[in-house]
Amino acid sequence: MSDVFPGLLNYWIAIVLMMVGFYIVIAQGNLIKKIVGLNIFQVAVFVFYISMGKVKGGTAPILGEGIDVYSNPLPHFLILTAIVVGVATTSLALALIVRINTSFGTIEEDEILELEHADDAKEETS
Amino acid sequence: MTDASNPLLILLVILPLMAAPVCVLMRNAVAAWSLSLVVAWAVLGISIKLLMELNTTPTMYYRIGGWDAPWGIEYVLDPVGGFVILIVAVIGALSMTYAKASIEKEIPSERIYLFYAMMMLCLSGLLGIAITGDAFNLFVFLEISSLSSYVLISLGRDRRALSSAFKYLVMGTIGATFYIIGVGMMYMMTGTLNMADLSTILPTIADTRTIMAALAFLTVGISLKLALFPLHMWLPGAYAFAPSVVTVFLAATATKVSLYVLLRIFYTVFGNVDVFATFPIQPLLMTMALAAMFVASLAAIWQHNIKRMLAYSSVAQIGYMVLGVAIASEAGLTGGILHLFNHALMKGALFMAVGAMVFATGAVTLKDLEGMGRRMPLVMAAFVVGGLSLIGVPLTVGFVSKWVLVSAALDAGMWPLAALILASSLLAIVYVWRVVEVAYLRPVPEGAPAPAQVPLSMLLPMWALALMTLWFGINATLSTDLATQAARNLMGGL
Repeated sequence: MSDVFPGLLNYWIAIVLMMVGFYIVIAQGNLIKKIVGLNIFQVAVFVFYISMGKVKGGTAPILGEGIDVYSNPLPHFLILTAIVVGVATTSLALALIVRINTSFGTIEEDEILELEHADDAKEETS
Repeated sequence: MTDASNPLLILLVILPLMAAPVCVLMRNAVAAWSLSLVVAWAVLGISIKLLMELNTTPTMYYRIGGWDAPWGIEYVLDPVGGFVILIVAVIGALSMTYAKASIEKEIPSERIYLFYAMMMLCLSGLLGIAITGDAFNLFVFLEISSLSSYVLISLGRDRRALSSAFKYLVMGTIGATFYIIGVGMMYMMTGTLNMADLSTILPTIADTRTIMAALAFLTVGISLKLALFPLHMWLPGAYAFAPSVVTVFLAATATKVSLYVLLRIFYTVFGNVDVFATFPIQPLLMTMALAAMFVASLAAIWQHNIKRMLAYSSVAQIGYMVLGVAIASEAGLTGGILHLFNHALMKGALFMAVGAMVFATGAVTLKDLEGMGRRMPLVMAAFVVGGLSLIGVPLTVGFVSKWVLVSAALDAGMWPLAALILASSLLAIVYVWRVVEVAYLRPVPEGAPAPAQVPLSMLLPMWALALMTLWFGINATLSTDLATQAARNLMGGL
């Protein structure tokens, strides 16, 4: 048990964050809050990757005298890519929310759904 | 070793990727279209050339920056990849030809050049997925194609396009994030991201909990992108309200490429592990596939919007492809891959026909189709060809792939499966018949304006796909050979 809990604390934190974010995405009706949840979910994965590459007592991976233990830089640089993707996703989502707000007049999921059903019904009868 | 380094592989991705910013810089609809058209046909040319070279050299690679794998990123082309690239390139070239007239009517002229930039990005992402040999690089291409398809969907005229694009964005991002969680876990255990390298290391650690969790995350993540029932909720809205040509392009390529990713994971990354024996994945996939075939077909029957009806039918057809994979025999896999190709042809033809009707009359619902068989006979005929193929009538491609699937199920001793495949085809008869009945047996509504003349640039790609639907249904040697070769190559890893 001592091995599972304190030794892997960073992974536990990543999992808790992941689930918090995921829950917000599912449970929140407000589109902005959904995106915040999505961000927390993604950041949790970033934390997971970054802590994976860390070596205890290791330094930055620099070639130099006296440096023989260093962290694995690859997961860190992978996450740089993923962060860029995350930023692009968030900005696109926010842009979409602005457009949704102008055309539906709301950013609450249930109200949008009602308006959509009204559109569907109009289409059927016309 | 008969494999060879081939710089054409990188060209396939670079050409559309470079064309996208150039389209933005040109700020001119016609110029952007001309460039996209040239690039799309060039990509098709390259992919045909690569497919012919695959006959002599079964595996080709390209190492980016000259770094050797597994340290550098490697692009690999094998028969499966070649087949998927051919599908994407054919649909890409035809829909780009189709795009000009269709898109001028559906989106504001000042945004058209941006539309082409997004199409190029999406094409580049889809080709990249099919060609990369690196698990993380695949994620990047997945996001390039997904982000551009969110934008493409949101360009639809209806306001529901925006909310559908948003829904797709949320679910697609969750799917992609699940995928990187899976890749991260594999990296943790193996220290590599190269697919070939992964496949040599994984067998020794395949039964660890980390790898099992990784496979679970990968499967669920990709299933979201694939729109496998019950993770398909984003698909009907997205296909129904996107501009017609976007629907054509995405319906015929995006989910197919996702299925390819699933195959890559099962048969290349986990190629030296007997995935279906080690992990309880077969009953899961089979249940989902069967549920998709029935639930989505039933849902399609109740739709009024034609594009949404076809979208639900796509979810059902994805069920057939996954079912082929879940049978887990070479014949089943052949059926799945063959249906992937065949479905791209018929859904492309169907959505192009709907796009032509939207162009000429603005028709979106079933009611708008009254008398369409007489008003637009040529377009409606192409629709009927596609519809018959959805049902699986002989002399169409749908029949060929269902035949292969049914016989694969019988070979594997799963005769209830064969019966279910046939039963679900009956549901397809219902929804296709609803359209045929309205279009041919009802009178043309009084005072209906004459449909606008549909330009040849739209009719030719539509008929090309419809004729291919018939051609590969009558003479299926070429497509079946390619699918068999691809399936054998994948299974060879076992």
